[in-house]
Amino acid sequence: MSSDVSSAGRSGRLPQAFTVPGSASFSEFVGQVAPELLPARRPLPPGASLEAPHGTTIVALEFAGGVIMAGDRRSTMGNLIANRDMEKVFAADEYAVVGIAGTAGLAIELVKLYQVELEHYEKIEGTLMSVEGKANRLANMIRGQLGLAMQGLAVVPIFAGYDVSDGSGRIYSYDVTGGCYREHDHHSIGSGSLFARGSMKKLWRPGLDADAAVRVAVEGLYDAADDDSATGGPDLGRRIWPTVAVVDLEGVRFVSEQSLASVVEQVVADRQGNPGGNPVGQGGGAR
Amino acid sequence: MSMPFYVSPEQLMKDKADYARKGIARGRSVVVLVYDKGIAFVAENPQSLRKISEIYDRIAFAAVGMYYEFENLRVAGIRYADLRGYSYDRSDVSARGLANAYAQTLGTVFTQEPKPYEIELVVAEVGETPERDQIYRLTYDGSVADQHGFVVMGGASAQAETSLRERWADGLTLGGALRLAVDTLAQDPNGGPARTLTAEQLEVAVLDRQRPRRTFRRIAGPLLEDLLNSESPVSDAPMVDDGRPGHHDVLTGGLPVPETPGTDQPPRADSDPGTGTRTEDL
Repeated sequence: MSSDVSSAGRSGRLPQAFTVPGSASFSEFVGQVAPELLPARRPLPPGASLEAPHGTTIVALEFAGGVIMAGDRRSTMGNLIANRDMEKVFAADEYAVVGIAGTAGLAIELVKLYQVELEHYEKIEGTLMSVEGKANRLANMIRGQLGLAMQGLAVVPIFAGYDVSDGSGRIYSYDVTGGCYREHDHHSIGSGSLFARGSMKKLWRPGLDADAAVRVAVEGLYDAADDDSATGGPDLGRRIWPTVAVVDLEGVRFVSEQSLASVVEQVVADRQGNPGGNPVGQGGGAR
Repeated sequence: MSMPFYVSPEQLMKDKADYARKGIARGRSVVVLVYDKGIAFVAENPQSLRKISEIYDRIAFAAVGMYYEFENLRVAGIRYADLRGYSYDRSDVSARGLANAYAQTLGTVFTQEPKPYEIELVVAEVGETPERDQIYRLTYDGSVADQHGFVVMGGASAQAETSLRERWADGLTLGGALRLAVDTLAQDPNGGPARTLTAEQLEVAVLDRQRPRRTFRRIAGPLLEDLLNSESPVSDAPMVDDGRPGHHDVLTGGLPVPETPGTDQPPRADSDPGTGTRTEDL
């Protein structure tokens, strides 16, 4: 860091940027006092492209009373698997989760910054940010990364939050330019998203309960891994399960390993001899 | 045009100090005290402009005096702590670092600006064990004191401090600590009969040692009434957050929400049941 935050300023007094009133945004503040901490402010060698690990498929779907987000655990670098137990779904605050696809290093940095951004606002303003507010803050941060995206280091998140004012879950998707779009029912991002989306289109229905919705999410990821080599499938040997977060009235919680293991094992068992998970076949699929 | 008269530095500093002290004494007091499971903050403050605030996971802030001056420092403290935690790690944010930054700021304002800050602050950090609790008291001129057990600032703090010194002891329950703090605040500095302070007139918060991650919780409503009532069996803050939807930094003793329709399953295990969020993996 160019300015040591503990003793910045000649007199040792907290620099003016710390005491200037008005802004409750952490990223704006960092941009003023330590811009090198923001990924978008770092200079890149022109024209170069490099290979960095990529995160892959995330699915999100609404259910009665909330929203679920799930991600596979694989990250890839070209044709190699860079990591098989990476977490790509994060709690952004008490009532929101964010999942990431794209350049893993930058995406995780972005999520970390975003988490502090929300907590910072909460502490300064003494209240929670609205769901739209949170979705827009994330859009704003991605907008700042356009230069990186044009060099092949794109980060594309998906956001899901619970709206405490009307008691429903909401999903927002983004594009590299910072466009923020409200998605209804379900959505998926990443390299396996085409297949996951197709799968969820057949399995999702309105008014699913949380358990059924977790199953739909796992099936979606299974189908993505089936056809996309960059998406990790169920790894029964290593006992690696997808990350599944549930956001509802009670806040964000991550589905435990045990319950995920039984859901994943059930999906795998139901697809024995029925690889498409066809519900008419052997009672698997949508149930 | 006024002629510049010579004023001795002693006189100048004394005038500034008297001015700041007078301003601080005009307001109502804030009591900060250690109880068996954390640190409690109690202010007589019926309005929504807060004197007590969360700074970071285990650090809180309390102030008396001019609102706009300490609000400014409160925001600066949150920025300082969040920047520290973001660029290093959450565990690297300490109350001592923040107290030093505040002391430098208060000291510089006191010596270099025509009007000193009319405020007094406490920066407190709850430790893993009571021995590692830290309470720093900062005054208008930038002096810092490391306090043990309790602090009273603002208003008629001298009398209040004497009575707290007699009655405060290690290992108070939260209920006991809050009742002691309220008795202290209710004393009449002129020796008259003590006032009665109700839960609505108080701003109360705790740093709860047992909570994971963010330990700051405000205490209000029925829970505060129960804690202040010596006959009530409630003597401690619950570990479970209020069940209602919304900001979970206030504990009122509200019951957890009944099962949401549609989720007919037992609550799933969660790596961090205290806050429902899990971010340590980052």
